[in-house]
Order: sequence, then structure tokens, then C-alpha cells
Amino acid sequence: MHAWTALITIIILAVAGYVGGQLSATRVLIGTIVPYVAIGIFLVGIAWRVIAWARSPVPFRIPTTCGQQKSLPWIKRARFDSPFTPGETIVRMLLEVLLFRSLFRNTRAELRREGPRLLYEEEKWLWLGALVFHWSMLVVLLRHLRFFREPTPAIVLLLQRIDGFFQIGAPVVYWTGVTMLAALGYLLWRRLKIPQVRYVSLFTDYFALYLLMAIAGSGIWLRYFTKTDIVGVKQLTLGLMTFTPVVPTTVAPLFFMHLFLVSVLLAYFPFSKLVHMPGIFLSPTRNLPNNSRAVRHINPWNYPVKVHTYEEWEEEFRDKLIAAGLPLDKESGNHV
Amino acid sequence: MSEQVPKPEELVQIDYQPPAKPWMDVPVEFRRGTFCYAGAKKNVEYLGFPNPRDWQPMDEDWKLPPNWREIILEGMRDRLQKFRSFRLFMDICVRCGACADKCHFYLGSGDPKNMPVLRAELIRSIYRRYFTWTGRLFGRLAGARDLTEDVIKEWFYYFYQCTECRRCSVFCPYGIDTAEITMIGRELLNLVGCNINWALEPAANCFRTGNHLGIQPHGFKDSIEFAIDELEDLTGVRVEVPIAKKGAEVLFIMPSADYFASPHYYTLLGYLLLFHQIGLDYTVSPYASEGGNFGLFISHEMMKRLNDKIYREAKRLKVKWLLGGECGHMWRVLHQYMDTMNGPADFLEVPKSPITGTVFEHAKSTKMIHICEFTADLIRHGKIKLDPSRNDHWVVTYHDSCNTSRAMGLLEEPRYILRNVCRNFYEMPENTIREQTFCCGSGSGLGTDENLEARLRGGLPRANAVKYVRDRYGVNLLACICAIDKATLPTLLEYWCPGVEVAGVHELVGNALVVDGEKERTTDLRGQPLRRKEVTANA
Amino acid sequence: MRDRVWITLGLIVFLVGITYPIWFNNAAGVRAEAPVLRKPVKGPNCVAPLEYMRASHMELLTAWRDEVVRQGNRRFVAFDGRTYTMSLSKTCLDCHDNRAEFCDRCHSYAGVSPYCWDCHVDPRQARTVRAWAGRPQAEGWAR
Repeated sequence: MHAWTALITIIILAVAGYVGGQLSATRVLIGTIVPYVAIGIFLVGIAWRVIAWARSPVPFRIPTTCGQQKSLPWIKRARFDSPFTPGETIVRMLLEVLLFRSLFRNTRAELRREGPRLLYEEEKWLWLGALVFHWSMLVVLLRHLRFFREPTPAIVLLLQRIDGFFQIGAPVVYWTGVTMLAALGYLLWRRLKIPQVRYVSLFTDYFALYLLMAIAGSGIWLRYFTKTDIVGVKQLTLGLMTFTPVVPTTVAPLFFMHLFLVSVLLAYFPFSKLVHMPGIFLSPTRNLPNNSRAVRHINPWNYPVKVHTYEEWEEEFRDKLIAAGLPLDKESGNHV
Repeated sequence: MSEQVPKPEELVQIDYQPPAKPWMDVPVEFRRGTFCYAGAKKNVEYLGFPNPRDWQPMDEDWKLPPNWREIILEGMRDRLQKFRSFRLFMDICVRCGACADKCHFYLGSGDPKNMPVLRAELIRSIYRRYFTWTGRLFGRLAGARDLTEDVIKEWFYYFYQCTECRRCSVFCPYGIDTAEITMIGRELLNLVGCNINWALEPAANCFRTGNHLGIQPHGFKDSIEFAIDELEDLTGVRVEVPIAKKGAEVLFIMPSADYFASPHYYTLLGYLLLFHQIGLDYTVSPYASEGGNFGLFISHEMMKRLNDKIYREAKRLKVKWLLGGECGHMWRVLHQYMDTMNGPADFLEVPKSPITGTVFEHAKSTKMIHICEFTADLIRHGKIKLDPSRNDHWVVTYHDSCNTSRAMGLLEEPRYILRNVCRNFYEMPENTIREQTFCCGSGSGLGTDENLEARLRGGLPRANAVKYVRDRYGVNLLACICAIDKATLPTLLEYWCPGVEVAGVHELVGNALVVDGEKERTTDLRGQPLRRKEVTANA
Repeated sequence: MRDRVWITLGLIVFLVGITYPIWFNNAAGVRAEAPVLRKPVKGPNCVAPLEYMRASHMELLTAWRDEVVRQGNRRFVAFDGRTYTMSLSKTCLDCHDNRAEFCDRCHSYAGVSPYCWDCHVDPRQARTVRAWAGRPQAEGWAR
């Protein structure tokens, strides 16, 4: 159900972008005001979200230890799965953020009823799909810097050269565009195909996927099929960046759809699950060292609680302590 | 075992296909055998918790306080401000489903709400509805739903069908820890008086007497003395166990089951023999007579209240450092919470083994080390003499308990000990051990009788891995370092793979340990004949 | 709270990084101006309409290349009925006689690196080369 509602929503948004790109009034709207508002929402929204997280303290040091702790010097410890020092913890975080370390552990359980026997198989497709998507998107974003900087930085040109290494067609096919869309397609496919994942999926899960696919798809379409005046596109983006917006008439409506969907993504980002991007850095089960017994962690709201003190306890069990011949702190009790 | 429990062949007919209806429309069903009974009124009152009353989960009317919704929402607001984990985990899940088949309760029941992602969604949906504007505005489309009494019932059912084992958090790309969510969920339920007796009664006992089982000081002493007599019968050596001795070097804290339940008891015998043989200057306390902490399964506050006794007693007895026995969740509290909650323990010294001189730098703040760390160090330095052939009647496998593996990282120490004290040691399949270990299915206060079916289901993945090594290598003993495992795994294994017994690592140490002046051992600490006898006779 | 310092720092780094095109372009005084192109020397007619050429000239050139190299056909009938020889150097560059002030202007503006020049030679540059050809040290280079 959610899959359909999300699809319809995306179609409406895409059509709005496309139609808007054809009328001169709405072109100006989509080409200037909408992106500005979206960028504003994105920046303020992310900051607001991260600050909200930061305002809640981490009262306890609760890393999930995924390997041997540091204890005796002759026991080989897992430095990056159970880090002890801040440096090791940073490496653990880098492995998580850059290589999706935890997802790499993924297995798939299968119950064979004869026996019965539970089997666990390696399941790396989710990891691969996620990794390919995220890395592709990063490269695609960096490649887009050619529209955002004048002159185009050499590093971007180099990245383009690497990405288009095989020189297929003109314009050259950039692999990351293709792999990004393919990975998104896989992620969508598994969400629809695996009954459990489908069962837990919400509107937002499909919406984010469709939105990203529509953005990638329209970008690819613009580059290889419809084509548009990219000099005009760059004028538009540079105009936005330098607060002197211009909307050249030579730019195709499909571009406005692309831009509009990107604006939707930016504005949607801080209020959706997509905040996992900044969120992962704050995850207390990953970003804390497993040194709880060596370095005391401070809980800022640690408050005194009602306890049963030894004196109260001794008083309560005085007779029994005496009968058992156990030592007492106070020889005579407060018997009335 | 209760007659209501289906046979293994029936229980294993698990349907993983989720229902056609969206999960928000599937009401919770309190089927006998799958849930725990409510906290008894006297325990709720004794602990000073809200809304003491007589009720049971099967009742239609849960007798919630009139303003229960405000209490829950206020409780959530408070915890969102106090726990970054909670706030973050409410926001960042992408529902990738990597956690789904990592939960032993899901694997054993096929109930989709046992998938960690959905267990968390039970509370996330409320968070969205009342704490995010998208949820307020778009409702169900944004994954939000109203807080109703049915939601409370659902929370009760599923937050008391999670053992806080953290296995899902190992696989989560963002480290979302369902244990955190369950802990918060249970705290919220406690605010309106919805708790389970199997967690509450031990906590009430522990608060009053010092241990979960409610053993009073004279009972404590009797148990220890009984163990001393037993050891004398078995080994011919009479050990001394100083109780509440001031000025001892070490205060030894163990789970109360070790001195009152079986097979834990044999582990106690192992400890006592070991301490005797190395001449450790130690003491045990009838006041701090519990290492475990069922407060962990109720609320952070209750955890702190129970944990308080340990440092308090260490200070009173003027010991130098603390040694902790074999227990899983006890070590989660000691390792990740104690120092923060009740420290700093600046009146203690950094633990230093008086036998080997090893300074346990990794515990320099908490000043408490695990018995396996201590014993592994002794063995490494050759300070104890071991005769592993005395364990030849056992073919051993090792079960990592959830908390020592995923909330501490104590993986190699017990294995090192086992390899030195027995000669037949086989690991279970790698996806079921170490940080990927499977819970016994009865942790976090769920190890009682009325929910036996749920426990057996939850224990299926663990038992199944044991069955694998039983069939393949003839394993007949599961060694572990967790009191809840020792209490609940025998039932589980008897059901899923009969013929495998459960023992603590230090029971096997006690078997193998060569004690000065001992008589020739003909039995192990359980009184079972040693196989070695026959072998040597034949040779 | 030490971690709040780190979080704030991280947030600032992120915000500064993500807004890099905004502050950098403004600081560098970049204007949103289209590059100025040198006018074609032989009048207003091109092989295809301006609109098409602007967006899709690379497609036309690729089609020409394939036609010439694979079919040996050099005749191209334009949209307006005129005929042209399919040749980058002889037809296109004959009219757009300055690569640097025509092709390269837009290409470098849009960050495009076409591989035309991997094989083809800019006629202007070629003329220079020819002029240099008499000099012994340039001989090999001129080939």
C-alpha cells in the first residue's frame, strides 16, 4: 500500500516539476525560490536535528563490543571491533561510515524443519547494494561540482576522467550514475521482494527510494537522452550560488524537474530517516571506546537514589546475624 | 515441564510469512505460555513503584492510572532528554531489515513484532505521533499512531519478549541497540505499573536481603558451610571461606544462584577450591551477596539502587579490590554502569593479582575484574597445577553469554581456561558464538515457568547450535559463565537436544585443579565418577 | 560536556563543507555569466538549428564519425537542404575557426573534456605547426 502511495506522490511531484519547467512563471519559481527555500530548510533542519541529539547526554558508556576486549596483555584484542583508545574508536567509526562494517557481518538465517536445523549464510548483497549506492551518490555529487564552481576544479575533472574511464559514447558514460540507479533499483527490489522487509516498510522508505531514483533517472536522462544547454544550467546554478539568480530560457523542462526533485529531497532530508547520515556519527554503541572499567564515564544527571544501606540491613537482620555468629558493626541494636 | 508446551516437532513449524494485515492493525494476543505474570502487588509496593494492584496480563482491564497517557508521554519526553541513545534510535532507523533474522525470538516464533526493527517501531510510532511534526501532521502515512491501551499491552508483550541481548545491534549499520529501546520501554511501562513479577520479585528480594533469591544472612552462611563440607567429602581438603572479613584483600561477589541453585553450585565449589589452593586473601559478604542485578531489567534507577551495595560493602570491609564471579548481565552492569552510577571507587586500589603480580590496568577505575580474567592470568603464569584429564568424561562446548560478549568483549579468557582444563573442546558454528552468540532466550528476567513456550522458542537458535556439536562431536557439556544460562539452559537443552548438561567454567577448573593435600579424586565436583579411572586401569 | 564540542565542530565542518560552492564563489567574485563565443566566420547557417547544436552537437559529431569511418560516406544533407562534407576539421572548424575561443570556452566552462582532440588537430594549431615544419627540431612533432 505504502509502495503505491509513495509512487503516486513521486509521480505528482515529478510532473509538477516538469510542467513547472515549461511555464515561464513557474520556471522562475522552481529555478530560484524553491531551491533557496530547500537549501535553507536543509541547513537549518540538519543543524536543528543534530543539536537536538547533542542536547541529550550519553549517560552511560554502552558500546556494542564486537570483538575481544583489552584485558590481559597476552590476549590478542580486536582493536577496531572492540576499541579501547579514542584512536581505535575513530578507526571503528571510519570503518562503519566508509565501509559499512556492521552491515558486512550480515547473515541470512534459514530454518530447515527436518532436524530441525538453523543455517546461517553470508548475505552480502544488502551490504554491497548499500555501499555501491552511497559511494556512487558521493561521486555523483562531487561530479556535480562542475556546475557549482567556476572554473571547474581540477580534482573534479580528474574524477570525471576516472568515472568515464571507458569512454563509451558521447557524452561519455559515467559509471557512478548507472551504478547509483542500479543499486537503488536493487534496494527497492529487495524491499518489495523480501516479505519481512516489505512488512516493516513505511511510506518514507519507498518515498526516499523513489525520490532518489527519480533524481538519478532524470539526471541520466538529461545527460544522455533529452540533453539540454548545460551552459545555461551552469549559469543557473552559479546564479543561485552567488545570489544573482538567472533562469536561462534555453534550459529544458526536464532539468527543472530534476532541480525540483532535488529541492524536495533537500527539504525532506532533515525530517526523514535520511538523517541517519549525521546520526551514525553520534551512535553511542559505536562511537565510544570499550574502556568502561579503565576510565570512568560521567553521567551528568546521575542523581541519588533510595538505597538499602548496610546499617539498615544490619538492623533488619540483627537477630539472624547474631544467631549465625556473623560479625556485626554495631554490637547493640536500636531495639525498643 | 508443563504439559501445555507442544512437542519440538510441533513447535518448530514456524511460519515466517508476515500476516496480510499491517502490523498496526494486528492486536496483541496473550496466549498462555508466551508471557510473564504481572508484578505482585507486595513487590511493587515494597520497591515504591507506581500503581500497585492485583492484575494479570490476560485481564481485559489493566487498571491503569486515569492519567496513564500523560504519564507515558511525560516519561518519554523525560527520557528523550536524558538518553541520546533513545532519541537517536527513534530517528535514524532506515528499516533495512538487517536485524530481522538476528533475533532469537523472531527465529523461534516467526512473529514479525519480534523483529528488532518492529519491536522498536512499536515505540517509534508513538514517538512520531507525539514528538515529531511529520507524525502529528501525516499520522499513519508518517508511521505514527495514537497511544491507546492496546499499545501499552503490545509494549508489555514485546518488551517482555526481548532479552536485551544486543545481538541485533551487532548487525545494525547504525548500531541501533534494541536493548536500549527495550530498557526504556520497560521503564515507561513501570511508570504505569505494568511489570513482570519474575523481574520485580528478585529485585525486591535483592533490595531487602542483598540477593535475588531472598537468602538471609544465616541462610547465606549455611550455604557456604554446606559447600565447604561438600568439598571436603569430594577432595579431602577443608577450605576456609571468610564471611564479611574486614581488611581482606579481595571482596568476591558472585550471583546468588551460585550458592543456592544447581548446576551453579558446582561452580561455587570450583571458586572455593581455587581460592584455597592459591591462598587468596578474600571474603564474601551476605550484604553484597548478589552480583546479578535484576534492576537492569526494570529501570536504570532500580539498577543503581541494587548495585549500590557492592561499592558500599567494599568500602565498609576495607578491601583493596573486587573480584566478580560468573554471571552475564551482572557483568553488563559492572562493566558498563557501576562506575558511572556508584563510583568513583577511589577508596579501592587497582586490582593486582597477589599470586602473579599482574596489574589489571583495564579495570583501573572500576577496580573490579572478572574471575575468568583472574584465572586465565593464573594459568598463563603457571601458578596452578591442572589435570585436564579429570574432565575427560566431558566433551565440552562453550556458550558466550550475551552480556559478557556484546557488552564487555570477554571472549578469549574463558576459552583459554577451557583449553587448559579439559581436553575435548569444540566450538559451535561461528555465527552462533562470540559477538554473534545466541541468547538462551530467558535472560532479562524472562526465565520463569509461565512463559516456557516463549523461552523454548527464543532458545531454539542456541539449542540448535548445541545440537549441531552434540551430533557432530558428541558434545555432552555446555560450559558458560552466566547464572541465567545455568538456570535455564538445562530445560532448553533437555527439550531441544537432550544429553547435554550445563556447567560453569569454574566447575571444570575445580575438577582439573590439583589441590595440595587432596585425596585421589574419583569423582568430579558433581560426584560423578571420572572416566580416567577406567582408562588408567586398562593401561 | 566534551562531546558537545566535538558534535558542534563536526556540524560546523559539515555546514561549511556543504555550503562550499556558496561562500567560495562569492569570495572569489564569480559571476553567473555565460562564456562569450567567437562568431562563426562564414555567416549564420549551421548544419543544424542552434537549439539542437547547443545541447546535442556531440551526438551529431559522433554520428558523422561513424558514418565516415564505417560507411565511407562524407555527404551530409542538412535540415535546410544544404549539403555539407562530414568533417570536423574541414567543415566545423572551417567556420568556427578558433577552437580556443569557441569549443573550449563552453567545454571548460561546463567542465567537459571531449575526446575529439585525442585524434583531431585544431587547424589553427596545425597551421602553426606547418609554419614550424621547416625547423629541424620540430619535424617529428608535426606528423
